[in-house]
Amino acid sequence: MIEFRMPSMGADMESGTLREWKVKPGDVVKRGDIIAEVEAQKGIIEIECFEEGVIEKLLIEIDQKVPVGTPMALIRTAGEASGAFVVTTAAGTPQQPDITATPEPNAKTPPTVEVQHVSKLTAFPKTEEIPQSPGASVETTVPKEHGLRISPLARRMAEENHIDLNAVHGTGEDGAITKADIEKAILDKTAATATATKPAATGSDTIRQAVAAAMSRSNREIPHYYLESAIDMQAALDWLAKQNTERPVQQRLLLAPVLIKAAAKALRAVPELNAVWDNGLQLKPDIHMGFVVSLRGGGIIVPAIHDADKKSIDELMAAMNDIIPRARALRLRSSELSDSTVTLTSLGEGGADKVFGIIYPPQVAVIGFGAVIQAPAVIDGQLVIRPTMHITLGGDHRATDGLSGSKFLKALKEFLQHPEEL
Amino acid sequence: MNTAVIKNTIIQLLNRIAPDVDAATINEDVNFRQEIGLDSFDTLQFITALSEALQVNIPEADYGKITTIRSLAEYLAVKTGN
Repeated sequence: MIEFRMPSMGADMESGTLREWKVKPGDVVKRGDIIAEVEAQKGIIEIECFEEGVIEKLLIEIDQKVPVGTPMALIRTAGEASGAFVVTTAAGTPQQPDITATPEPNAKTPPTVEVQHVSKLTAFPKTEEIPQSPGASVETTVPKEHGLRISPLARRMAEENHIDLNAVHGTGEDGAITKADIEKAILDKTAATATATKPAATGSDTIRQAVAAAMSRSNREIPHYYLESAIDMQAALDWLAKQNTERPVQQRLLLAPVLIKAAAKALRAVPELNAVWDNGLQLKPDIHMGFVVSLRGGGIIVPAIHDADKKSIDELMAAMNDIIPRARALRLRSSELSDSTVTLTSLGEGGADKVFGIIYPPQVAVIGFGAVIQAPAVIDGQLVIRPTMHITLGGDHRATDGLSGSKFLKALKEFLQHPEEL
Repeated sequence: MNTAVIKNTIIQLLNRIAPDVDAATINEDVNFRQEIGLDSFDTLQFITALSEALQVNIPEADYGKITTIRSLAEYLAVKTGN
């Protein structure tokens, strides 16, 4: 049995509120199916499933607030009979949780359900790491009660101090809520009530808060370096204009997908910029390009285009046509919000000449595209006027240094001189 | 096609792209892209919707001629054979 847990849709997300289940027990799910709709700061998010199997049980109720990591549903994978499964405590003794007590009315299960069934433990491919050492921690964790792992001590502290357990982020084993977590929650609560009461947050307020949290964290933790290059855009613009004269309006291209493709190919050449930093550099094999979408009410949201280097410019344009309206309506999918490996920000026409972005942790780079402006340039010793774009690379100096950034900008410049080859 | 009908179509489609602004209140002689705050993506969506609604082709080369609601309406009146 696999537990489907609330995914994290970004460094700044701690919880979401379940608004709708898209599946029910007995439904078959496969990779990529939408399993639920959850509301968070970034709007209504369609949560995708990455397991294959049959929904066994839904663990969360509508309108319930769900911290990241909390089990939301049970999925029975192929080859398992429905029925008992076992979760061990830190001490290693198997205990039977209450959720499999009653078989579903029309499930094709054997009539009797085994209550204690230790041997089943080895049959499940994706049980979480269960520590086997006895007597490890002072607090023993007990099996889930209402979907929460929490020690009796922590639970008592929470009750005495009127702490809502659904809002506490557990830092113990398997996301268990510890005494330290409750202490922190008490501190946070005291701080919150000390400040003046604020009016209820509007949609754009919560987006603004999410952006503020992420950007503050970035500024605190990431030592940024910045490089900039002025790029002649004549070739790219000529190619684009020619393409669009030959295309009906529904298939016209913007400059954006050209920039995305060129940036993705440049990242293939300098892979250390397509990575995350988590006490060390972790290269990412796929390039999922996050691009900044500005919202009409104010604020930004950053959906990802998956495998940007593998898509043609037409496919990238189609992806943008699909994603941008949904982004502006705050109706994105969980993978679009969580999977970016790098971020691209473009201020476009009428905007500033250069944009120096702020890296979105745990990514290690942010690419900025300024407006296309007519600017003087030197070609073959002559002073000429060329349509020019200033492109910037913001890098995490723990992860890379100026040499990497420089190689990237050089590669990007080169790719943009040959748009027909993108 | 009648210019009034064309203007109505323009305003409806602008309201769809930018629901927070009432396009009917916009001065017909200002650059509506700037006035409403449409980026290149919004503009392409608007032009596409307009082309489909009125069954006309609006080549990229003509974008510079249709920056105000008035000039856009007059351009489309010609295109639709008024």
